[in-house]
Amino acid sequence: MTNTDASLDADERAAAQYPGARLPDRRRRVHSLGVNLAVSEWGDERAPVIFCSHGGFDFSGTFDVFAPLLAAGGYRVVVWDQRGHGDSDHAPLYSWDADIRDLLNVLDSTSREPMVLLGHSKGGSISTTAIQVAPQRVRAFVNIDGIPSHRPPPDVADHERTKLLATELSGWLDHRRAASEKVRRADTLAGLAERRGRMNPRLSKAWLRYLVTRGARKDADGWRWKIDPVLRPGGFGPWRAQWSMARLASLPVPLLGLLATESEPMGWDTSPADVKPYLPPRAELVQLQGVGHFIHVEQPEQVAKLVLDFVRDLAA
Amino acid sequence: MKTTRLRHARIELALHELRPGTGRALLLLHGLGERSPSALPAFAESWPGSVFALDFSGHGESGCSVGGGYTAEVLMGDADTALRLLADATLLGRGLGAYVALLLAGARPTHVRGAVLCDGLGLAGGGAEAATPSVVFPNPHALAPPDPFALVELARDVRPPDYATAFVRQANELSGLERPFSVCCAEKPDWLEAVLREPGVQSASIEDALAYYAKRG
Repeated sequence: MTNTDASLDADERAAAQYPGARLPDRRRRVHSLGVNLAVSEWGDERAPVIFCSHGGFDFSGTFDVFAPLLAAGGYRVVVWDQRGHGDSDHAPLYSWDADIRDLLNVLDSTSREPMVLLGHSKGGSISTTAIQVAPQRVRAFVNIDGIPSHRPPPDVADHERTKLLATELSGWLDHRRAASEKVRRADTLAGLAERRGRMNPRLSKAWLRYLVTRGARKDADGWRWKIDPVLRPGGFGPWRAQWSMARLASLPVPLLGLLATESEPMGWDTSPADVKPYLPPRAELVQLQGVGHFIHVEQPEQVAKLVLDFVRDLAA
Repeated sequence: MKTTRLRHARIELALHELRPGTGRALLLLHGLGERSPSALPAFAESWPGSVFALDFSGHGESGCSVGGGYTAEVLMGDADTALRLLADATLLGRGLGAYVALLLAGARPTHVRGAVLCDGLGLAGGGAEAATPSVVFPNPHALAPPDPFALVELARDVRPPDYATAFVRQANELSGLERPFSVCCAEKPDWLEAVLREPGVQSASIEDALAYYAKRG
């Protein structure tokens, strides 16, 4: 699943280089109840751990600039690919419970010492649940735009809401009906970079092209994202944002919460005013100006500095 | 009994034909940890059309996941896979299968011609609100089916009343049926109490409910 230099042409080999980006110092696999998960590590193996979870539809290669900066600050940085994502196995089924079990299995494989958890987007949300399940394993938490908004949905007439839900439900079921034959569309490296750019409008072309070499694989007919085609963004379900938001207040560890200002397709549009009433006692909330949902991918240096300052203050 | 193998994403499902027929199918959905009946139940004898029963993912003769991932919505997708073959059907679900029948009746309102909700295992699920989270690691070597992951996950799956009633409203608005739902349950968890307060939902015996839908197109 990992692209090797031999399979790439000169242009693609050039794309696989990006200033500041460094492939993991170590890679390993963790068997989580039958699902084989890919784990990447940067930094000294004996250093304290920062344990990172990527967002939905993302992959650990998006940490290739950010993680080395944290490692240079004196940490062992661990990033795992969630089931169906990156270089981890595609699974027959996916769920919140399954992701939490996978996270805890990778945590167990990493260290017995309490560690700093860091999560982006969905990775921030599953980390929030994991801390509630296993608080003894965690000493601090960095949540990068993974705090769901508590705001009620926009005011829509009931019959309009019914139509929206009907479309969503039949769309999801139609996707499931076709899922057994689904493969991701093959494209050029530049084509995939352009598609990712729609989600990340402020990333440079070179950074986007690099990310393709990490999140996609080169097949005989072209490049395709490694993410399981059975997965589908968005959706519906019984989960309510307020359950997650209200429980932030109960977190027993120091929290650094990062929020963005720029509204984007994958973003959650959570504002500081939404979150403030639910912050735990030891919390710091920072809104980065002019930045979108993928904060650590857009501004790795700035975010690494914030995280390193936060963890240094823990020790003080 | 004829069994058809269907594929829902990566899981192979077993759909059992308990009795052939030409009229609209009755599709039976079993409860949590159960499997399809091996013979036609007495209550279905007077049904005018064919009678089918589906084994959900992780149950009966259907395949299992690896490392879990079961949700009521996945099981709705299982039932929808059967519905694709049957075109139109009346659903009769026990317990967990009753909740799945409710979801599918709201999601495919023009293809589900009535949903009969009956007592059975797994009717309550994990309650109306998210409980304090905990993680259970089922024994991956336990005898299956049913898949121990399915038993744990589907027993904890949260069922908010307003989520359940959203599906009732879908069926009311889009199915063209006057009463898309018949409730035949003694146990009434919060989601079902809320469903019973909605228009388009009748309390009935199983026999009366089936007779009601048998007469409607």
